[in-house]
Amino acid sequence: MSSTFETVVGIISETCDIPRETITPESHAINDLGIDSLDFLDVAFAIDKAFGIKMPLEQWTQEVNEGKVSSDQYFVLQHLCANIDKLVAAKPA
Amino acid sequence: MRLEYFQMVDRITELDPAAGLVRADCRVPEASPVFEGHFPGHPILPGVLMIETMAQTGGWLVIATLRFTRMAFLAQVKEAKLRAFVSPGQELQTEARLLHDGSGYAMVEGRMTSAGKAVASAAITYRVVPFPNETLRAQMLATARRVGVPEEYLHGE
Repeated sequence: MSSTFETVVGIISETCDIPRETITPESHAINDLGIDSLDFLDVAFAIDKAFGIKMPLEQWTQEVNEGKVSSDQYFVLQHLCANIDKLVAAKPA
Repeated sequence: MRLEYFQMVDRITELDPAAGLVRADCRVPEASPVFEGHFPGHPILPGVLMIETMAQTGGWLVIATLRFTRMAFLAQVKEAKLRAFVSPGQELQTEARLLHDGSGYAMVEGRMTSAGKAVASAAITYRVVPFPNETLRAQMLATARRVGVPEEYLHGE
């Protein structure tokens, strides 16, 4: 598994008090892990800090609310990690 | 401060969005209906209003950083420490430092002092969203001018 995934699992486990072994790449942060929107702010903060990025949560939420994409695309962990990797790659050198 | 109207910040004394810093002065009123209940014979500023005061101070920093294109609503308070009683007439100084400007949220570290002594502190999170209506935005702009937010931070970039 990628180091991004391991880092995100560590953040979720510590921030939301969820056992690491219950978190898989297929886990949906909200539907499977039960992370609510307020706890997700803490997760987002830790991810932003850990990777030096600014996850576009507003844009993602808007796209989901408008039905443009499934929430799976942003909140299933393997997809979340892929998006984090893209944001890291897009960072200015 | 006008406690009954939740007007906690009297004057912004320093505002530097680039540095993520705001400082403000707040004077507790000599009299308020709040003190009639909190507490009879021992009037002190309620701790929740100390937290609110730090939250409003940091809120000005957040929305000034965003040039009043968005509103900051209190979402979470962590590590709140209320270290001293605050009495009617007391002068308070507040300060907030931006910890993180996220997408749709922001976090600050708030502090309150009086005569150089620590009074309270807290880590505060806001949800940052578009103003729900123009009435609120206009009121926030008017209040910003009253408390001394520099004009340069009142308009969208």
